Amino acid sequence: MNNINFLKPDKSNLNLFLILGLSLVFISIFDVFLSSFFKINATGFLPTSISFLLPLIIGFIGLHFIRIEYSGIRTLDEINKNFNNNNFNAVLSLLIIFIIIKSIPPVLNWTIIDANISGNSKEACTGDGACWTYIKVWLRRFIYGLYPNEEQWRINLSFISLLALGSLGYFATEKFKKYLTLYYVVIYPIIAFLFIFFFISGGPVFFDFSYGIIASVVAIIIGFFVPNKFKLYYFCFVPLAVYLSLNLFILPEEYVELGKLEGLNWVETGAWGGLALTFIVSFFCLIFCFPVGMALALGRRSELPFIKYTSVIFIEFWRGVPLITVLFMSSVMFPMFLPEDFFLDKLVRVIIAISLFEAAYVAEVIRGGLQALPRGQYDAAKSLGMGYWKMHIFVILPQALKLVIPGIANTFLALVKDTPLILVVGLLEIAGMLQMAKTNPKWLGYSMEGYVFAAVVFWIICYAMSKYSYNLEEKYKTER
Amino acid sequence: MKFNIKKIAPQLLTLLFVILVFGFFSYNAQLNMENRGIDFGYGFLSQESSFDVQFSLIEYDGSHSYFRAYLVGLLNTILVSVIGIILATIIGVIVGIARLSSNYLIKNTAAFYVEFFRNIPLLLQIFFWYFAALRALPLPQDTESIMGVFYLTIKGLFIPAFIWENFNIFLYSIIAAVVSIVVIKNYARRKQENEGKQIPVFLISIGLLLILPLLSFLIGGVSLSFEIPVLKKLAKTSYIYEGGVGIPPELIALTLALSLYTATFIAECVRAGIQGVGKGQKEAAASIGLNPNQILKLVVMPQALRIIIPPTTNQYLNLTKNSSLAAAIAYPDLVLVFAGTALMQTGKAIEIVSITMLTYLSLSLSISVLMNWYNKKIAIKEK
Repeated sequence: MNNINFLKPDKSNLNLFLILGLSLVFISIFDVFLSSFFKINATGFLPTSISFLLPLIIGFIGLHFIRIEYSGIRTLDEINKNFNNNNFNAVLSLLIIFIIIKSIPPVLNWTIIDANISGNSKEACTGDGACWTYIKVWLRRFIYGLYPNEEQWRINLSFISLLALGSLGYFATEKFKKYLTLYYVVIYPIIAFLFIFFFISGGPVFFDFSYGIIASVVAIIIGFFVPNKFKLYYFCFVPLAVYLSLNLFILPEEYVELGKLEGLNWVETGAWGGLALTFIVSFFCLIFCFPVGMALALGRRSELPFIKYTSVIFIEFWRGVPLITVLFMSSVMFPMFLPEDFFLDKLVRVIIAISLFEAAYVAEVIRGGLQALPRGQYDAAKSLGMGYWKMHIFVILPQALKLVIPGIANTFLALVKDTPLILVVGLLEIAGMLQMAKTNPKWLGYSMEGYVFAAVVFWIICYAMSKYSYNLEEKYKTER
Repeated sequence: MKFNIKKIAPQLLTLLFVILVFGFFSYNAQLNMENRGIDFGYGFLSQESSFDVQFSLIEYDGSHSYFRAYLVGLLNTILVSVIGIILATIIGVIVGIARLSSNYLIKNTAAFYVEFFRNIPLLLQIFFWYFAALRALPLPQDTESIMGVFYLTIKGLFIPAFIWENFNIFLYSIIAAVVSIVVIKNYARRKQENEGKQIPVFLISIGLLLILPLLSFLIGGVSLSFEIPVLKKLAKTSYIYEGGVGIPPELIALTLALSLYTATFIAECVRAGIQGVGKGQKEAAASIGLNPNQILKLVVMPQALRIIIPPTTNQYLNLTKNSSLAAAIAYPDLVLVFAGTALMQTGKAIEIVSITMLTYLSLSLSISVLMNWYNKKIAIKEK
């Protein structure tokens, strides 16, 4: 028989080391398993500190024994390579395994075994674990905020139809593919806007200028027949001018108010809340911040000094201040800047504030993409006789935006994660609803369940978004 | 110069737009303030504030001025940002390196940590730590001490206070140690460049850092004693620890949440930085006979740092700005003390919000100037 060197296991005594090592590792894991699942301390007769550290020591020795290079057994080599390639890694692997085993029972107990979900009141929660009844009872509030129960179908209807309309792009045939950008950038937001104000808000809120809108839509349609040379200037001024002049000077009050929709009860924005508000705020901020950010990015790269420095100052200002002060500004300072009889809803002010804030970040991301493009692209476009706008729309921006998909996705992710902040100005989306539910005297002491619920919801949304952006990045990756 | 309408017109339009917006806003502001009888001005800063702040680094009570209250808030913001930045960097670097580990378990635990913490809104995390996790701690009278001197209770963490004598001599000794380390480092670098000899700078620095302060204790007459917190009865059922330093639970929750959240982003920066150093660099370093430690210190890290620093700067800026979320759990930072309480009392919305924003702007600016300076220092110096 060969000499057995326990300090340096080698291949000659492979079987002995393997059996010895594996059984030691098994014993150590089994000991932790027993103490964690059945609360049996097999080494209770030893002093506390030794009994506490014993599994680690045994497991460490076991792992040391099975660390045999080129053993010829594939699984063993894999284990050694991935978990056990030196003493330090062996200890860390063991620690992580032990922590996982140790943390399974309490987590399971709290979330499932000792938890309650039946019943409708606090009395139903008798176990030591989580009280999911609380979530069940408050679920409508967490999703819809203070929106009246009997009107909630309006939110459901709007979101389902918007989702359906939004997914149209997947079913578009080749023939319609070229209009998709127009659809998503212009038409879809307008539809969404109308849905929100017709259905979710209801009442004669914002729609009392219908003729003005119709006239400006007509003006926009006419705009497509204007010669290309003047198109840009036309679109910049005429529709707005038509709308303003119709509203301010020509049409009398009673005609302007014709667009009232009386069918639905008006629900004021103060009652909106919960997850629905999170979606509304993120959706509109997302739509508004992108074009503004793009304009700012182009402005910052412009050769015209005044435009350049205006953009620089604007971007750096918004990037330098925290969102919370921006929200404070929108709620306490901004009303001072408006005419006294002009009332802008708090939600609208908040959406404008967040959009401007995020636009600065989007601008920086897009600028990165613009800078990454080689000069040759600009030169080539110019040599084809393209002007500034043509060059950017057809050559530069498509390539630059493709480059910055991950950056933009991160900014949007940050935007979604920032929406709970609007609770500091009194808009109660999901985190705000949690804070409200927490202080309800009937349901004191269940804050943990609420936070876990909200965390899971947000985690799913954000994780899905980041995976989606990763897929998008892969899809649009072009060899450069 | 040729008059070019294509260049002048857009600029004029922008100028017009900016002037219109500003004019409109300031006109309205003036009108509104006249109507409400508010006058514009920063004179209120010297008035008596007459409100109290729970936690402040400098002496402050209601009889001090609003400016003092502003300073209290600013210092609290800086405190939480500095602690947060240090913790986030430590956790971030460890996790970032762990994500590149050869150990499957470590790699995936680190990945799990990153994916978990960065996909949950920071505000929720702060709420979780403050309202759920820290509220589960025992009351002061039921607390068992950690190692006999620390008390972690629902009212905060109580740690012993240091009581120094001749503290300035101790401070001088540390400054002297740092200065001599810099000198030795420069000398060592010159020696290596000229003669190719290496001096164990690291060991010498640690030795200096230990010995010089120790000397100040033995010779300079510095002495240090601890004041251990003691339980004190306030009312029938209300206890509090006295003596020592009390760290309020708001600060603990805020720093925990901020550093755990920001660390995920820093970890990603670190990972990207280390991955960004080409494999050839490591192999080249190994082939000229450097050992793994030297490879990491002399070849990989200097190159990785160049990739890591700029995005990490952004994360530091984000952390500083995010520290304003303190207002949501009533940690008395700049936003809560100044843009919250002071604004409520004085009603000077424009002045206070503008001061707060300018303060954050200058904080951000100073961090980015500092980090740019550091970045420039470690950038490739082409000869």
